[in-house]
Amino acid sequence: MKGVLVVAVVLLATRVGADESVFEAGPVQFEKGSAATASDRIDEVVFGQLETLALKPANLTSDAAFLRRVYLVTIGTLPTEDEVIDFLASEDEGKRVILIERLLDRPEFADYWSMKWGDLLRVKAEFPIKLWPNAVQAYHKWIHESISENKPYDQFVRELLVGSGSNFRQGQVNFYRAMQDRSPEGIASTVALTLMGERADKWPDKKRPAMAGFFSHVAYKSTSEWKEEIVYFDPTLDKEGLYRYAVCPDGTPVNLDPALHDPRAVFADWLLKPENPVLARNITNRVWGWLMGRGIVHEADDFGDHNPPANPELLALLQEEFVASNYDMKQLYRMILNTRTFQLSSIAVQNSDEAVSHFAHYPLRRIEAEVLIDALNQITGTREEYSSPIPEPFTFIPDDVRSIALADGSITSSFLELYGRPPRDTGFESERARNTTAAQRLHLLNSSHIKNKIKACPLVSWGGGLARDEYPEMVERIYLNILSRYPTEDEVLIATEYAESTAPSARALANDLVWVLINQPEFYYIH
Amino acid sequence: MNRPHPFLSKSSRSDLNRIAHSIGGVPVTRREALRRSVYGSAGLLLMEPLVVRGAVGTTGSEARSVADGPAKSVIQIWLWGGPSHIDTFDPKPEAGRAYTGALDSPIETNVSGIRIGQLLPELAKHADKYSLIRGMTHGNNGHETAAYLVQTGRATDQDVFPGLGAVVSYFKGYDAGYEGLIPPYIVLTEPQGRFSEAGFLGPRYKPFATGGNPAAPVFAVEGIVSPEITEEQQRARRDLLKSLNTLGGALPGHAALKTVVDSEEQAYELILGDAGKLFDLGQEKDEIRDKYGRSTFGQSCLMARRLVEKGVPYITINYKGWDTHKAHFQAMNRKLPELDQGLAALLEDLSDKGLLDSTVVWCTGEFGRTPKVATESPWNGGRHHFGRAFSSLLAGGGFRGGEVVGATNSTGEEVAERPVYPADMIGSIYGQLGIPADAPLPHPQGTPTNVVPTEAEGVPMGGLLKELV
Repeated sequence: MKGVLVVAVVLLATRVGADESVFEAGPVQFEKGSAATASDRIDEVVFGQLETLALKPANLTSDAAFLRRVYLVTIGTLPTEDEVIDFLASEDEGKRVILIERLLDRPEFADYWSMKWGDLLRVKAEFPIKLWPNAVQAYHKWIHESISENKPYDQFVRELLVGSGSNFRQGQVNFYRAMQDRSPEGIASTVALTLMGERADKWPDKKRPAMAGFFSHVAYKSTSEWKEEIVYFDPTLDKEGLYRYAVCPDGTPVNLDPALHDPRAVFADWLLKPENPVLARNITNRVWGWLMGRGIVHEADDFGDHNPPANPELLALLQEEFVASNYDMKQLYRMILNTRTFQLSSIAVQNSDEAVSHFAHYPLRRIEAEVLIDALNQITGTREEYSSPIPEPFTFIPDDVRSIALADGSITSSFLELYGRPPRDTGFESERARNTTAAQRLHLLNSSHIKNKIKACPLVSWGGGLARDEYPEMVERIYLNILSRYPTEDEVLIATEYAESTAPSARALANDLVWVLINQPEFYYIH
Repeated sequence: MNRPHPFLSKSSRSDLNRIAHSIGGVPVTRREALRRSVYGSAGLLLMEPLVVRGAVGTTGSEARSVADGPAKSVIQIWLWGGPSHIDTFDPKPEAGRAYTGALDSPIETNVSGIRIGQLLPELAKHADKYSLIRGMTHGNNGHETAAYLVQTGRATDQDVFPGLGAVVSYFKGYDAGYEGLIPPYIVLTEPQGRFSEAGFLGPRYKPFATGGNPAAPVFAVEGIVSPEITEEQQRARRDLLKSLNTLGGALPGHAALKTVVDSEEQAYELILGDAGKLFDLGQEKDEIRDKYGRSTFGQSCLMARRLVEKGVPYITINYKGWDTHKAHFQAMNRKLPELDQGLAALLEDLSDKGLLDSTVVWCTGEFGRTPKVATESPWNGGRHHFGRAFSSLLAGGGFRGGEVVGATNSTGEEVAERPVYPADMIGSIYGQLGIPADAPLPHPQGTPTNVVPTEAEGVPMGGLLKELV
């Protein structure tokens, strides 16, 4: 018995690699002045600043840690066992680059980023946004298609800003409906937050009313169809003549004539001029923050003199590359994911705030509610049933729809609420809670919801049929499925010793191991 | 301060609390000591985080200073579906069999002049402890909208207002100094859904719904009690959890992981520690459990009393089965004895323990039922929704017992005197808790909003229940 165990352990040890730790590969290799790609140029700026500040970067991630991280942040999806095995076995030097390309092409990419944009654009049927279910579907469909086809970001923004038509047919017009305050100033505040990353309540007094003049002709009317609403430009609407006082947010004067032009288009022209930094700096900083766990300006939707960027040169470089790529969103992702900066380990050299704000290591973040439940379902082969009883008619979601693909932020789910799904009331980045609470721990540790999933898990029934000398294989597969890596020698020993001392059967061991691993921060944190 | 080892015995835990009273040799107040100990901060972590909502609608966690009232806790018994008022607390034998059906012989109570339904003999012995509000009215006959009305005082419109439990949690829960490990707003056992919960106050003020069945051999409170896992297994698995924490080992002292450790300790306080034992009804004597009745409702009442003893400010018992369009009388014969036994035992037990004066017991449904029996097919002896007139029972918490407020007409179909609208009822309960009617709620659009709506908002009012205090 012991002999078999030792052989198995040796086998595993060779797979983990003698000199590679679980989370880290070697130190970062980088030569100044050798930048060949945009990603290299980014690294040059980041590592240059770290050097100036006398901060040491963390080591590069191990392949396994990279794999797990890049799946979770790019497609919000856990890699499968086969995907883990294939990637770790590949000896191709360019395998990280290849993997990034594959992920950018996966359908889950559009699902996951539609979820993110759903938060910012407030895609929600109910109070206080009250889009109603049909309009939610249309809005989400427009977002999802835009991301799937990698619509250039300037085009995406123009369609949002100047959209007119039915909320059921022109999905993007719901942008003007998905806000709690539809007054011209309310719209100006929402546009500032969403597309400029600025908080209008921190602006000088006259800036918001001046911007409101661009939105004083946005009109809404209902039709004979239940809850249909037409958003349109009404040149006769602004009786007070708010438009006459319109000034661009950077102070550029304009002369609006609603009889000739929709003022929204004039605003879009200003925002989308390539030489106007506002649009590009906001979106590149947001994407940086989404992938890196922290914006260069942090919070990512709080630009302004009161909150300067941690690394202005880096932000300027991202903007420049993004505009030069013709606002290509996938290129922006590609550029960041391929940096060494993104691929630094989470094992910090210095644990200081400065090291965090200058990206000296990769920060830990708890995975989002939707990603967590999808991962649990993937591991255990189970599904969730979602429905929404309000407003009528009831909404039922087929059970093969993944949680990251849910269109409506008001779908009832105590799990998603518990793990910090944002209410989608305001579009603030901070609406999504990513902290850990005792109630969350109770749920994963001890709820019938999770217990029933584990009971149904194919790994548990498979593991339950194994003989003692096959336990190392059981441990290995459970690790691959849940933590996306091979177990270490120590971990296999601890698990098999637990089997000797505590678990009464193979099935109990498999059950308890699945339970233990989904309850590890290594599972429910991105690292 | 070092955190207690998870496997500390009970006695060493209390040692730890004693030590906490003089941290670093400096005596500290009990509250401060509690804050610093694992018990004190635990509850805080069990709630949802505050959501930053930006410019509008701040839901700050600043301690809300409302006064103490005579009532410390509320037990809301929700007769889900709408119980018949004339078969329970407003009998009308003079109206004839077309109205009473077979239940035509109401009984006298221990308060002269008060009669109640004939299937409530135990409650008849305790009428001095409660008052009956017979002029309840709101006129709405839809389950969801009426339930919303009765629990928020407001008609449905654009906003979703919080129900009583969430409002009490907001004013008397963790933001106001409540420090229990058990959340301040508990639902036994199933929640009604978000339409009657926290509304715009957000998930931080939602109830903790226990799930499980308190009448089962083990009351499996969701997340806290796992009947099929022994305590020994729980401890062994927790050990394994710790020894396989490879990421934690690689990141000693990491702030996020420290939160994980803290949250986990608090979770285990509930799973393995004393706090979770609160839900173990096996700790009660058999005769007490029998007195309440071994039904889910009876044992929920007993559980509610245990929660009140621990200082939980709001407990809702959602009691299903009152929506009796068909087979109404068969249902009454089944359900009323259960209600009678559980509620009477609760009132008596609270009173015996000296807790009734500080505990409001409020028993109501979302509406009453049509006084005239629907005999035609397909109802064949049923009663339908009736929001025009119904009854609620109100006891304890400083409300006087042995009274009847308001009256319906001879058939129970109209309120004849002293109408009481939901807002009056809600405002009266808040008043006993020390929450003034004009205490502000954090409306998400910043609209000035009081806990109790006003007539200026177009909400009908009959006046607070001053006659009972």
